[in-house]
Amino acid sequence: MLAFAMVLVAAYGATVEANQLETVTPTFWVPAALLSVMFLGLHLVVRFTAPYADPVLIPAVALLNGLGVGFLHRLDVARAIANKEPLPGVFDGTGGRQLAWTLASLILAAILLVVVRDHKIVSRYAYTLGLVGIVLVMIPAVLPASLSEVNGAKLWIKLGGFSIQPGEFAKLALVSFFAYYLVRKREVLSLASKRFLGIDFPRGRDLGPVVTVWLLSLLVLVFEKDLGTALLYFGLFVVTLYVATERASWLIIGLLMFFGGVYVAYLLGASVGGPFANFYDRASIWLDPFAPQYVTNQGYQLVQGLLSLGTGGLFGSGPGAGSPGLVPEVRTDFIFAGMGEEIGLFGLSALLVIYLLIVERGLRAAIGVRDSFGKLVAGGLAFTLGLQVFVIVGGITGLIPLTGQTTPFLSAGGSSLMANWLLVAMLLRISDAGRRPVTSGPGVPPGGGGPKRPPAQLHGAMTEVIKP
Amino acid sequence: MNAPLRKAGVVILVLFGLLFANLNWVQGYKADAYRTSDYNGRVQVAEYQQPRGVIEADGEPLAESKATDGTLKYLRVYPDKQPYAHVVGYKPVNGAATGIEHSEDEFLAGTSDKLFADRLSNMFTGDTASGGNVVLTLKTVAQKAAWEQLTNNERGVDKGAAVAIDPRTGAVQAMVSMPSFDPNPLASHNKAAAQATYNKLNTDPDKPLLNRAVNETLPPGSTFKTIITAAALQAGYKQDTQIPAGAVYKHNGAVIRNAEDEVCPGSQVTLKEALTESCNTGFAQLGVKLGADAVKKTAQAFGFEQGDLTVGDLEDGGLPVAASHTGSIANPDGSTDEGALAQSSIGQRDVRMTPLQGALIAATVANGGKQMRPYLVKQLLNPKRSAIYNANPTTLRTPIDDQVASDMRDMMISVVENGTGRKAQIDGLKVGGKTGTAQNGADKNGNELDPHGWFLGFAFNSKGEPVSAACVMLENVPGGHASAEAARIAGLIMKAAAGQGGS
Repeated sequence: MLAFAMVLVAAYGATVEANQLETVTPTFWVPAALLSVMFLGLHLVVRFTAPYADPVLIPAVALLNGLGVGFLHRLDVARAIANKEPLPGVFDGTGGRQLAWTLASLILAAILLVVVRDHKIVSRYAYTLGLVGIVLVMIPAVLPASLSEVNGAKLWIKLGGFSIQPGEFAKLALVSFFAYYLVRKREVLSLASKRFLGIDFPRGRDLGPVVTVWLLSLLVLVFEKDLGTALLYFGLFVVTLYVATERASWLIIGLLMFFGGVYVAYLLGASVGGPFANFYDRASIWLDPFAPQYVTNQGYQLVQGLLSLGTGGLFGSGPGAGSPGLVPEVRTDFIFAGMGEEIGLFGLSALLVIYLLIVERGLRAAIGVRDSFGKLVAGGLAFTLGLQVFVIVGGITGLIPLTGQTTPFLSAGGSSLMANWLLVAMLLRISDAGRRPVTSGPGVPPGGGGPKRPPAQLHGAMTEVIKP
Repeated sequence: MNAPLRKAGVVILVLFGLLFANLNWVQGYKADAYRTSDYNGRVQVAEYQQPRGVIEADGEPLAESKATDGTLKYLRVYPDKQPYAHVVGYKPVNGAATGIEHSEDEFLAGTSDKLFADRLSNMFTGDTASGGNVVLTLKTVAQKAAWEQLTNNERGVDKGAAVAIDPRTGAVQAMVSMPSFDPNPLASHNKAAAQATYNKLNTDPDKPLLNRAVNETLPPGSTFKTIITAAALQAGYKQDTQIPAGAVYKHNGAVIRNAEDEVCPGSQVTLKEALTESCNTGFAQLGVKLGADAVKKTAQAFGFEQGDLTVGDLEDGGLPVAASHTGSIANPDGSTDEGALAQSSIGQRDVRMTPLQGALIAATVANGGKQMRPYLVKQLLNPKRSAIYNANPTTLRTPIDDQVASDMRDMMISVVENGTGRKAQIDGLKVGGKTGTAQNGADKNGNELDPHGWFLGFAFNSKGEPVSAACVMLENVPGGHASAEAARIAGLIMKAAAGQGGS
């Protein structure tokens, strides 16, 4: 499967060159080969450290990552042609940097797999991780705009020519913390309740953490001017809460609170302005990006993204044959729109299916693993990944208001790539635990020893509550 | 905990389903609209793949496409810059074109149905396609004279317009608006720079982008007396009919005086003398006598209130022309406001006119009462320069009969030979016309603004053919006798237009 993914990446690179240069250079296969070596390396690490890990995850992510590198390289080539510069080599430009980041990410992921031999170890550092997560989220908000603002959203820490998005890593830390917290509190949260209108509502004081996270995400929304990250954190928390308690009331409360908050922010933006104005603008642009007051300035990105997608149509112009250079931020947030012009609806649908596969495999790992901490971490991470894809792809296609999010594994940027590879490593680790044959203790179902054991057989297994 | 996880999986499935549905909407249903959107840079790249046609006059290119080595392969260039900017317009990379560049856009771009046969033959011969060419009616000497005289006027006026048309056909010989602009930076491939230039021009208080010749209406002052004269002649008045005059005329709150004390101080004056000297009291009383309906009807017969006139191609669109208005001349209850009528009869109050409308009045008189529809596009040539459209002049309306036109001609020639329009005289041509000096309110400090100077007139050659009709308008002319400078400029424009032989 990995080989097939890399053949696709190589074919993509060749088509790009054919369309851009009208010839295929003899080195077109180099990035794909390099990536193959890297992914194979990770694969070997996985074979030794997590032999029962889900075999679909790495090839699926590798395909996305490889196409991302290929597309970024294609943009470098196009820019070099336009500026009449020499063609960039494999290691030059954004594509080359992305290749280097991929290597770094894979090494990090491998280290994580080697060091964390059991995902339950992570729960020991849950409070530290929680604190780190919150600090990471808040840093850009308190930093001056010159150090943290890119395109109106304060998501960054900029040091010289180097910038990182701490929010990407915060995701991982926060999931671990939530999972740990909820595992400890789940009885209280799920048992003590009042029944009202046929829905079980939790007690007032148990609402504390939800309200805290809700406030936190609204603060992110207002001060970092970023709806996407807020939605991501909140969605992440509500889902882990729901999974932990099995109570739909949390979902209902969470959704009402979030959309209520967003609506209030929208109204405040319309009337008061101030920190809410940016949000109001984004919502207005979303409602009508082609409005004359937006189309050439604030709505320009979205409009150009939509036009790029529209131009691609069903089949696209073919890799390398479009003009993604016309789309602003095409290397990062709008990479999906840029690729959409060249691979069309069919290509994008395939990419969506791959994302869906990764997310559903992640959730499968959550279902497969036996301990609640693992379930919550894997479920939370997988869901967050899906939600992030939804937020950014929904944003650039005009389904929801546009917010700055990277497209996992495709967008240029080290932070995002590293964080998401760590996320995959975590999923690999947990899927390994879930699929590993149970070798000790009672309760081994008869005949259920193989790594391919269907999760249905685990359904009735005791859910282990870890107590540190 | 597995049931909620499964449900979370379903939620993700639903969210991705929404994404997929929306992608179908964007890339399927809306694809064509997005692909051809004005804002889609790819459309421009394709559009600039072939040279756009040339806009020319008298064989001189006014807009042409030069090859570049950028992504957009051709750059639109306007060699003459300011003088032709309002007529030719400009074609920006982003957004809509203006002027002839706008109204003949499809033809210039080569996508017009008129060029279908050429595109078809190109398919077989393998020739590279290009746009069609547009030949304008403008006479470059007249346009040059209009631009130079207007911008170098003797009073230092910085805003104004001039139009000259051939009375026999309606072909526009010159059309200039001041201040003007250089269209080249607006057509720049550097979209940000082009946008910045546009924003600067668009917010300039002098409105350089406005084509004052067709899109600005101002009080016409005494030039409106030509309309009252036409109404009187149609009502049976003769050139020598005595009409009441005087130094001052007060009626219903309106107080009308003459420009100078020596103008028609007596109680009676002939219609011809009244026009020659531009007698305000005489025309105010004449207007009141004729009635508001007759005044409005005559003005409309000459083209006032028409809001849908375009000047360009006689079969297709062109530059839109703002409607000239007489105003309602009515009290709130609907009855005639005779004070307003008295003031309107000398082109004040709510009367507003475009310079083009002024030229049309003069042209109608010169052409024996037949008003030809003005046009700017003489020919459309295919890329191989064979004509596929030749303008066929059409009569727009016939507001007055030949007799009335002939009387008016005599009286307007008298204006130039013996009256207020002497500055418009040209050697070798017989010139007639009417001056106008229009008051236009006060500035915010209550100081009266300098009046606008108008002149509309026509010129006959030695064979008795009407060779040109022109209207010149100068805004806020300092130093008195505002119309004299307009008359001088109009004379020189008509001279230049006639010098080419007149057709």
